[in-house]
Amino acid sequence: MKKSLKGVEYSLLAIVMLLIAFPFLWMLSASFQTYIEIIATPPTWFPSSFDLSNFMAAWQSGPFLTYTMNSVVTTFVVLVLQFITMIPAAYAFARLEFKGKNICWSITIICLMIPMQLIFLPNYLLFSQWGMIDTYWPLILPFATSAFGIFMLRQSFKQIPEEIIESARLDNASEWKIIRTIFIPVAKPTIITVLLFTFISRWNDYFWPLVMTTAEDARTLPMGVALLRTTDAGVPWNEVMAANVILVIPILIVYFIAQDKIIKAFTYTGIK
Amino acid sequence: MSTINNMPSANVAPRVRQRKWQQALVPYALIFPAMLVFGLFFIAPLVFMGILSFSKWNLISDDIPWVGFANYQALLQDAVFLEALTNTLMYTAIYVIAIVGISIPLGVWLNKNTLIHRIAQAAIFSPHVISLVSVAMIWMFIMDPTNGVLNVVVSWFGAEGIGWLTNPQIALYSLIIVTVWKGVGYYTIIVIAALAAVPKTLYEAAALDRASAWRTFTRITVPAITPTIYFVIIINIINAIQTFETINIMTQGGPINSTTTLVYYIYEEGFLNFDIGPASAAGMILLGILMILTYFYFRLLGRKVQYEQ
Repeated sequence: MKKSLKGVEYSLLAIVMLLIAFPFLWMLSASFQTYIEIIATPPTWFPSSFDLSNFMAAWQSGPFLTYTMNSVVTTFVVLVLQFITMIPAAYAFARLEFKGKNICWSITIICLMIPMQLIFLPNYLLFSQWGMIDTYWPLILPFATSAFGIFMLRQSFKQIPEEIIESARLDNASEWKIIRTIFIPVAKPTIITVLLFTFISRWNDYFWPLVMTTAEDARTLPMGVALLRTTDAGVPWNEVMAANVILVIPILIVYFIAQDKIIKAFTYTGIK
Repeated sequence: MSTINNMPSANVAPRVRQRKWQQALVPYALIFPAMLVFGLFFIAPLVFMGILSFSKWNLISDDIPWVGFANYQALLQDAVFLEALTNTLMYTAIYVIAIVGISIPLGVWLNKNTLIHRIAQAAIFSPHVISLVSVAMIWMFIMDPTNGVLNVVVSWFGAEGIGWLTNPQIALYSLIIVTVWKGVGYYTIIVIAALAAVPKTLYEAAALDRASAWRTFTRITVPAITPTIYFVIIINIINAIQTFETINIMTQGGPINSTTTLVYYIYEEGFLNFDIGPASAAGMILLGILMILTYFYFRLLGRKVQYEQ
């Protein structure tokens, strides 16, 4: 009885895992198929050979090196800026008393709940007024701080006992030194979580660069991949899937190497 | 409470007083960069959008003609806008029910520490780290009407091929399938994390009482993770309202507007057609919806504290 129940459970697990894995496997299979194989009905399950011609064709169908550069630069600069702007703000909200604190905190909460999809239009008008369309600025400046990050960091900064800070103050430590030597080390897991969230959302973002860029050279990697399908030329699915493999597989590999830590970091927010 | 404020103020030397004055500025210096970003790219655009929603601006002329509530009135008579509103409600309701309805039982089921369960947890989480662009394109390929794999599976059951993205009655549900596939693993993991915090003694007591699995689930598990369920519901409502990538890549709001949501309507009106006024008015309506949700979210967060005691 118990053994058969285990059998049922394992088959159900296998089905769930297949449902998750299949789209990825299908993408991989398609990325190696020839044009004849990809348009065949019924579809070809396994490619006849494993040559990399689709990957080359996909990479050469647009300035993918430029897309990659744009993605790397904007994501990296945003991460650095968020680190610099979030921590002092969260510290001030968590530990200092000052006039206007409540108003500023309310503004932070409002920004936490506002999706970029709501305010893209006035932002677009603003950036085009400043002549910044097709530059890195609109992809960086609105993300130079993170309301979510400030919210999370304030939470963990509040848990640090007051006595530690008092004694640091008695030693005449500056606010900046207190942040650097006490708060950043203690809040390290939260900082990593927040920056991981930012990395995933910036690296994968499609909406904002779609609105803020018109020139091919200004586009980012997800946009470049998406455009393969939407252009009139109609790039065939095998090449489109090859481009998606290039976009997806590095992240998946990193994920599976560090999945324990990544899952822990992500759930850090959900329950607290 | 900073210690600086508690220091005796009598006999303060001028230099100390100057230091005190500088100390008072420190908090503002600390929050200034963040507030500058919020002000310039969130708050000012919101105000600007509010102004635009009452005007008819052609983007070129210097003056912005005031039209009162005309844009809002026009919206209420625009069939596409009303359809976008219903589509958003439908999409959000079904998406949230699906996520909650799948992630809770899945989380309870996968909440074991064996290797195979841990592998399953890692696997179902994996779509969360992938770009929605790739997810949309992979599923577009799977749902292709002529040689998509999904219709091959359908044909195994002897059914006719389905126009997953081309049939206006089905397309919205197809998009929900895709986003649920991407999102459900994350929330399952959140549920598992919440389950880990439930006291084991509760389950031991239930076992002593010989409570059935269903009774244990409804009387112990669900009440214990209610705050997490609230969190999952609210976050997913907000996520569902923001949905853009799948629509833009897979259906472009079609066929015949059946997948045009509020966000997509704003994008089309404002960005593709440059009807700034109506798009801004639609944005203000969306803002109103989000503000109401935010209010409820923070009221629930307030209640969550009671549960944790």
